[in-house]
Amino acid sequence: MVNKIEHSALSKAWNICANVMDPEIPVLSITDLGIVRSIEILKNDESIAITITPTYSGCPAMDVIAMNLRMAFLSHGYKEVNVITVLSPAWTTDWISTEGRDKLKAYGIAAPNPVQPVCDNEYFSMQQAVQCPRCNSYHTSLISQFGSTACKALYRCESCREPFDYFKCH
Amino acid sequence: MATLDTKFILHLADNALLLGHRNSEWTGHGPILEQDIAISNIALDLVGQARYFYQYAASEINLRHPARLETEDTLAYLRDARDFYNFLMVELPKGDWAVTTLRQFFFSCWQKLVLVKICADSDPQLSAIAQKSLKEINYHLQWSAEWIIRLGDGTDESRERLLAALDLLWTYTGEFFKGSAFYPPVLIMEEISEAWHSLVDSVFTEACLQQEFNNVLSKTRWMHSGGCDGLHTEHLGYLLAEMQFLQRAYPGCTW
Repeated sequence: MVNKIEHSALSKAWNICANVMDPEIPVLSITDLGIVRSIEILKNDESIAITITPTYSGCPAMDVIAMNLRMAFLSHGYKEVNVITVLSPAWTTDWISTEGRDKLKAYGIAAPNPVQPVCDNEYFSMQQAVQCPRCNSYHTSLISQFGSTACKALYRCESCREPFDYFKCH
Repeated sequence: MATLDTKFILHLADNALLLGHRNSEWTGHGPILEQDIAISNIALDLVGQARYFYQYAASEINLRHPARLETEDTLAYLRDARDFYNFLMVELPKGDWAVTTLRQFFFSCWQKLVLVKICADSDPQLSAIAQKSLKEINYHLQWSAEWIIRLGDGTDESRERLLAALDLLWTYTGEFFKGSAFYPPVLIMEEISEAWHSLVDSVFTEACLQQEFNNVLSKTRWMHSGGCDGLHTEHLGYLLAEMQFLQRAYPGCTW
């Protein structure tokens, strides 16, 4: 019985997290992004500790995410909300969920490739093929490795001629 | 395990913060929009890395000296030039685009080689910060190396400017391999120097400047040093005056 209650409180907590959005890519929740590492409920559902890991070191969204998390749990009746940041193991785009990848594409951002050539030790690796989120063409080219936010690169589709963002592998 | 010297954590933090600050001076002034965004993103990564190093340094300092109450902010905003342990190269003015990209390239090479070693060290928090930072540094290294090739193998003017930047910055690279008493034993400077020079050589070769690079190498020249001992160029004072002004004029001010 106790286990069942604990289990339902925990899945409720994960649901709350699933409704906290990334302020810079508002279609993605923080669970889609894979930055929530663990949740611990203490003292009869009154106190909760959520462990998150940052995407990029300087990502300004992290402070907003931590604040929004706190607000979300407080509004669900938790009295004490502790948001803990851990760095290890370092976040990777491989942790973005399948739904997250679909949402990114629907939003017009190419989802990160699962293979990670530029994340390897080789600093001059072959340019990877990135698929255009609009017309699905692989005939695309890199404009800049750095885009509108730390996590994105800027690409151009040579088939439909549209520029697009690519959520770069990390 | 030998206790890690907190000065080493500050050294890594100060390097990242000051280079991040210098790069951020390009925000709104980049040569084209995409590159303005790129250099600003690199600045953001570096300042983010600096924050982790400062947070860790503060917790270690407070643990070892219970009377002190350091935070990432007191370390960044309330120390004077003599208490900064960064390399002289990162405090130099941003110069033109060639100086900025070459400095980024030199520093990213160094940062990568050093942090790879730190990852394997037994200090878990420093290793975690290093692993996190390395993912970002790979992008910085790729971006800056591409600029060296573009400038070196570009027009007469871009080539001249890159060579002028090489001439200016080269005498500041000696500090990268001098080490310091506060460096952990895992860092063997001869090893890092060799790997760094071979990486830099390969990019200068790609940029069609191997001959010019060898000329610079073969001239045995005096190298600047002092950063690790808190002895800086005059540029650091001006930088700190601007960066620290608000916290010094309005202590504890937040926004």
